[in-house]
Formats: sequence, structure tokens, C-alpha cells
Amino acid sequence: MAVFKKKPEMLTDVPFHYCPGCTHGIAHRLVAEVIDELNIKDHLVGIAPVGCAVFAYDYFNCDMQEAAHGRAPAVATGIKRSDPNNIVFAYQGDGDLASIGMAEIVHAAARSENITVIFINNAIYGMTGGQMAPTTMLGQKASTCQKGRTVAANGYPIHVSEMLSQLQGPAYIERCALTDVPHINKAKAAIKHAFRNQIDGKGFSLVELISTCPSNWKMSPLESIEYAKNEMMKIYPLGVYKDIDKEAE
Amino acid sequence: MKENKKLMKGNEAIAEAAIRGGCRCYFGYPITPQSEIPEYMSARMPEVGGTFLQAESEIAAINMVYGAGGAGARAMTSSSSPGISLKQEGISYIACAEIPCLIVNMVRSGPGLGGIQPSQCDYFQACKGGGHGDYKLLVYGPSSVQEAVDIAYEAFEKAIEYRTPVMILGDGMLGQIMEPVALPEMKDPATFARLPWATDGTKTGKERRIINSLYITPDPLEAINHKLFKKYELMAERETRCEEYRCDDAEILLTAYGTVARIAKSAVDMLREKGVKVGLIRPITLFPFPSKVYEKHAERNEVKKFISVELSMGQMVEDVRLSVNGKKPVGFYGRCGGNVMTSEDIVEAVLQGEVK
Repeated sequence: MAVFKKKPEMLTDVPFHYCPGCTHGIAHRLVAEVIDELNIKDHLVGIAPVGCAVFAYDYFNCDMQEAAHGRAPAVATGIKRSDPNNIVFAYQGDGDLASIGMAEIVHAAARSENITVIFINNAIYGMTGGQMAPTTMLGQKASTCQKGRTVAANGYPIHVSEMLSQLQGPAYIERCALTDVPHINKAKAAIKHAFRNQIDGKGFSLVELISTCPSNWKMSPLESIEYAKNEMMKIYPLGVYKDIDKEAE
Repeated sequence: MKENKKLMKGNEAIAEAAIRGGCRCYFGYPITPQSEIPEYMSARMPEVGGTFLQAESEIAAINMVYGAGGAGARAMTSSSSPGISLKQEGISYIACAEIPCLIVNMVRSGPGLGGIQPSQCDYFQACKGGGHGDYKLLVYGPSSVQEAVDIAYEAFEKAIEYRTPVMILGDGMLGQIMEPVALPEMKDPATFARLPWATDGTKTGKERRIINSLYITPDPLEAINHKLFKKYELMAERETRCEEYRCDDAEILLTAYGTVARIAKSAVDMLREKGVKVGLIRPITLFPFPSKVYEKHAERNEVKKFISVELSMGQMVEDVRLSVNGKKPVGFYGRCGGNVMTSEDIVEAVLQGEVK
């Protein structure tokens, strides 16, 4: 039988623990495909976050470190600075990156730390059971804002890509979505660009991926995709927020 | 041959000794009274091809140490009490993931923001774990700049041998004092053995390495706890260090560590001149604690009591009591808040029995 497409070498054989319909699996696969295609696996270190992707060290088939909650950009900095020849990537969710780890991501971006960050934004805390995230949208329900997020009680959601793109440091910041094939293909191209930037020494690159969380959104996988498209993408518009290559043109 | 000595500030001497011991990654954050360490490192690291980075916080700095140390580099951070509190999360992860590194705490008085003067109020934090979970560090309490230099120089060898964080527990006095020191030879990092467990980016597939402290099922985590404590037992057996000063015929045994031990040593000499038979037990490793030395003296008939002299409300005294195990009375004499006792204060306290 002809093989149309194989599992990327950069993924292990360990089955994902992710819920049905969760887009972490897609994000993992895209990162793995990009690493395979760029042939950087012989000098590569990844960093797993705290949150749903905490077991990423079981799935990515390279040297991995598991960081404390929110500290992945600092851990990545330590690894990269100790040997700048290594390609270093951090994989973080919204609670990890935009709440407890806000200082670490802002300063890694400001230093233009030559690392690649994959940022999963599904607007909720997944692993701990659906609590409000810094990216939870106004009106969106979560287990710690059960009637929906309000400005009075919780303030506004944080737009990470917009915010980080205001800094001088980052080389590249793009927000993509994992909702359907065209968007997924675009996300892969963005991830590839983010890794290539690191190979070329261009500095900090981050790709935000609008993702789904059917279990905690309490929706079916298909409803989740629709919610991501119709609600999240309205609040979190897709696009390139910063690209020093384009600025130079 | 005349020894070539240089007059150096404690903080700077420790930084230079760490570099000579192979440290090539330093991540820190300013805080008094240790800021000369990051300052010195910022100038010196580029000269030896190393990395200096002023992190955005102590939290970030210790996590950079986690990353670099986990990738196999000889990585170091330093701070003072409030900053070390912030590092505790990272230190706990580092201890569980068994990443070698060097942490310097130039202790200042607390609690809270406290003061910037010398103190020994972080003994518990340093010796009993410090962060969450069951773990220990290899903790040294040097009493002179030279001793701090010698310990910092060998710290990475010990850290790597036991795959453990090493802490130098100094105080504002040790950091700020200037003393003549003989600096050791520069070690060549090119000669260091590769660390097979380190995530240096070179292995994939079955051979890949994972630096981690997450064990979601109880049995493997219990096994990790036992593995760590076996290591601590081995450290107790092989690494415990202690100085005994005029102890052989002593009837009263003072005990103190770090800079306070020097003040206590002078008090011993002054008391001896008055005909009082006093000695000093000076732990050099605070964890593992030199319990056997105390046990030995507690067994001697002529020993009347032990007195722990500290810049705290009484912390090491608890380990002294555990070691003496009720065989002899254990008293305490301390100052805190950044106040430092004089030798005369100790003499007077001993003569007048002013100890608890």
C-alpha cells in the first residue's frame, strides 16, 4: 500500500492524551512537520509548559525540558544562551504565557531572545478544568466566571500578539487559527517562518494559534470549530502583527 | 614560594572563583548586599566567553539556571534573602530534576523586605529545603572570603557529582568584606566531561533526554523521593565538613557558622585567657549537618553545655539540639535585625550565663 503521509519523525509513538476535538494535536503535528522539513533535529531542545501541553515532552521526539508554570521563556533563554547553536522552542498555553508567565514572555520578546514560541490560545484553562484565562472573552463562561466574563468583575482579555508587537524586540509575531485546512496550512507556514527566523539568527518569533477546547467550552468538536471561527477570530483577528523582514522591504 | 594574594571583596571573589571553577552562565537580578556579583559577572563573563544576563526577576533568573544547567552548562545565580524566597519555586524544580548549579545567598535581615545588614535568618530556608516538597541542597557556610572562594571553585564538581543544587550561605558581611585571597587556577571548560543526562540538543528518538519534575502517578514519584534522600545520605557520609577549635578539653562548647564563627572564635580565645575552658564547633557544611561532632562532645563527661551563637532568633540551634539529643543542655545567644554581636558580647553572655 502506498503511504500518502507518515507521522513526522519528530513525534514519538506515545498516544496524545488530548481530548477529542482539541487542536493541540494539530499544533504538535505542525511543529513536528516543520522541524522534520527544516532538518534541525540534531541540535534541538524543546520546552513543555504547565497546562494541557505539560506532557509535550512525551510527544516531541527530541531533548526536552519541562518548565515551571509560565517560565518556559526563561528556561528557553537559559538553554539558548548556554549554547546558541541549539534551536530552542517553547510551547505554551494562554494561562501559562499570558497570566503567570507574562513577565517572562514580555522580557524574552524585548530581549529579542533568539527562540521560537508556539502560543496556544483557547481562551480557557484546560488542564485545571475550565477556569477563566487572561484570554477568556467578555461574556464567555468559565468555571470561575460562571455567568460569563464581565468587565466589572474580571476586566478585559489580553491580546498577546498585539501587545508584544508593540515592543522593538520581536522579529516576527503572527496570529493563526487551527480551525480548518486553509487556516492550518497558513499556521504551518507561520511556524516554519518562526523557526527559520531562529536558524537565521533574526530573533524572537512567536506564533499564536487560535485553538479549541471542546471539553471545557462544553461544546462538540464541530461546535467548537464554529465558536473559534465566529467568536474568537472576531476578538482575536488573524494576521501578521510584526515581521522585521516586511519592515525592511 | 610566596603565595600570590589579591585583596578582593567577598562578592567579587566568589564570582571570580565560580568562573575559575568553570561557570560560564550567570543569571541574576540586583539586590543588596550581593549586587557586586552580577556587576562583576557582567564585566568578566564576556572575557571568558561566558554568558551574563540580568534577568527580569529572580524567578526568571533561577529558571534560566534551570534551562542552562539542564542543558549541561555550569550555571549560577545569586541573590539575597527576599530574592532567594522568589527563587524557591525554581530551586524545588531544580532539586527534583537533579540539575547541578550554584546558588549564592548573601543573607540580609528579615522577615519581609527587612534590612540590608548581615543576618543568618535564612538557615531554615537553606537547610530544610526552602521550597515545596521533600528535598535538600548541599549548603556551605563559609566564614572567610578565602573559604568562600575555595568552596565556590569546587561547587560545580560537587553539584555535578551529586546532581544537586549547591548553595553558599553567606551574609552581608561576607559579601562586603575585603580580604586577601589566593585565587585558584582557571579550569578549562573544554576539558569537562559531557553530561549524558543533559538536554544539550544532540539526541533524538530513544536516546533523547528529558529534564522534568512531573510524576503524575504516586509510585514513580515516591521512588524519586527515595532516590533523592539516598543521595543526601551519601552526601552526609562523604561531604560533611566541620572545624573544631580548642574543643578537646572544652567544658562549654560554642557553636557558630559563617562570619559569626570568627567572632565566636575570638570569644573562645578571650575566655580561655580568663581560664574558662571553651571551644568552638564550626559547621562548614550546614546541610549535611555535622551531627556526629556534636554527638561526640555530648558524650564527654566534662562538657557542661553547648551554646549556639547566631544572627537569628535561633535556627541552627534546633539542629544542635537534635544532634546533642538531650544529653547536655543547649543554650542560645543571638542578635538579629542586622545587629552583629561582638566577641565581648559573647564573652559576657557566657560568663554571666545570659543564654537561654
